[in-house]
Amino acid sequence: MIIPENLRYTRDHEWIKVEEDTAFIGISDYAQSQLGDIVFVEVETVGETLEKGESLGTIEAVKTVEDVYMPVNAEILEFNEKLKDSPDLLNKDPYGEGWIAKLKLSNPAEVNDLMDANAYKAYLESL
Amino acid sequence: MLKNTAFTKFHIALGAKMVPFAGFNMPVQYEGLIAEHLTVRKGVGVFDVSHMGEIWVKGAKAFDSVQYITSNDVSKLYDGKVQYSCFPNGKGGIVDDLLVYRINAETYLLVVNAANIEKDWNWVCQHAEKMGMVVGKEVYNASDEIAQLAIQGPLALKAIQKLTPEPIENMEYYTFKKLEFAGVKDVILSTTGYTGSGGCEIYMANEDAEKIWNAVFEVGADFGIKPIGLGARDTLRLEMGFCLYGNDIDDTTSPLEAGLGWITKFTPEKNFIDKEFLLKQKQEGLKRKLVGFEVIDKGIPRQHYSICDAQGNKIGEVTSGTMSPSLNKPIGMGYVPVELSNPGSEIFIEVRGKLLKAVVVKLPFYKGE
Repeated sequence: MIIPENLRYTRDHEWIKVEEDTAFIGISDYAQSQLGDIVFVEVETVGETLEKGESLGTIEAVKTVEDVYMPVNAEILEFNEKLKDSPDLLNKDPYGEGWIAKLKLSNPAEVNDLMDANAYKAYLESL
Repeated sequence: MLKNTAFTKFHIALGAKMVPFAGFNMPVQYEGLIAEHLTVRKGVGVFDVSHMGEIWVKGAKAFDSVQYITSNDVSKLYDGKVQYSCFPNGKGGIVDDLLVYRINAETYLLVVNAANIEKDWNWVCQHAEKMGMVVGKEVYNASDEIAQLAIQGPLALKAIQKLTPEPIENMEYYTFKKLEFAGVKDVILSTTGYTGSGGCEIYMANEDAEKIWNAVFEVGADFGIKPIGLGARDTLRLEMGFCLYGNDIDDTTSPLEAGLGWITKFTPEKNFIDKEFLLKQKQEGLKRKLVGFEVIDKGIPRQHYSICDAQGNKIGEVTSGTMSPSLNKPIGMGYVPVELSNPGSEIFIEVRGKLLKAVVVKLPFYKGE
């Protein structure tokens, strides 16, 4: 299971990559492997400001559907349009080409409350 | 406590993702659902279906008993013939759907769903006892003794032909032979399955399972044979519009509503549970029907999502839904009022608060390559 060092993680298996006051969000390698083949990604919240824990969109695998939850308070700036035609990028490259949305953070310090790579690794081992 | 099948150790060694299913520890996928699905459509794949139940009905009263508890006409069977059928539940619903194998005029094998083994066994016993049959002898539950593999796909029979001296490649659909297979005697091989891509299902004693698994994968290697999980089993059957008990049919759905009129035979010679009720339902006309639909808008239907009319009124529920790996379209089945059941009818599926346009289509969804 790949867990890059430079990201922060949630208990729902989202990752967030912070670049000053903007950030990218996606789902972890563990999440994509649990979901299986992803066939549809829907994000209709671009332009909205959402609170931590709210659903910013949904991921449909062949067998199941899962929400993607906000790891922090932020505005949704952009949806990764490539996922419209290639939802399988979430399976193939969950931390790269498979990013889901770009966010503008309401308070960048909130990210410090999320798990770092070591903590997330320990969390996965506890599941 | 989850039950293992005779093949569980192979699944784990192959790195399958294991899940609890109907009380069994079963592989849901190996390399990935879509790849496995397409392997069966184009080549050959092997499913462990040992969780299925097997009930023997034997003796002088066997025919009358099976004819009474199942909806299809058992008199149409001959030695070596298989029939799809269901157990009507006495209240207009379905106890289970099943396969009936006629070994000879006084010996039948009933193959039932894993989730219903206990319920079916009790049901069969209850009616057998009323007919004076001996439970444990004339009706016998062999579910824990028999292992089963489904070897499915257009290359399936060709791939395994060399494991048996009997010719199997030209066997008619829904027939079976008792044969020597991989050096094991008395294996039942039937040209049945739940995928719509051809192939067979084989029944063996648990103690022969390991030998047969190894032999099948050895001869299948040249044909690209792969193990297939329950995930692909579900998408394959749904593309064919085959009912899944617990989703599309259950104790509250009538076989006629479910489109199983073709296995519900009202011939004068055949008396069976619910015959009168179902005949009346047929004569009076159905109020709802199980249909297949394709979703036109973006979104995937899932079990229990609401089916609505153009005004947004709930008219039914999705019973099965998925993204079809072969067609790359969202498909589903569900019960709708009979007025909206004809192919071409426009219906709507409520997905996360939005109404997505869908159209009723003729089954199967998948019509072959």
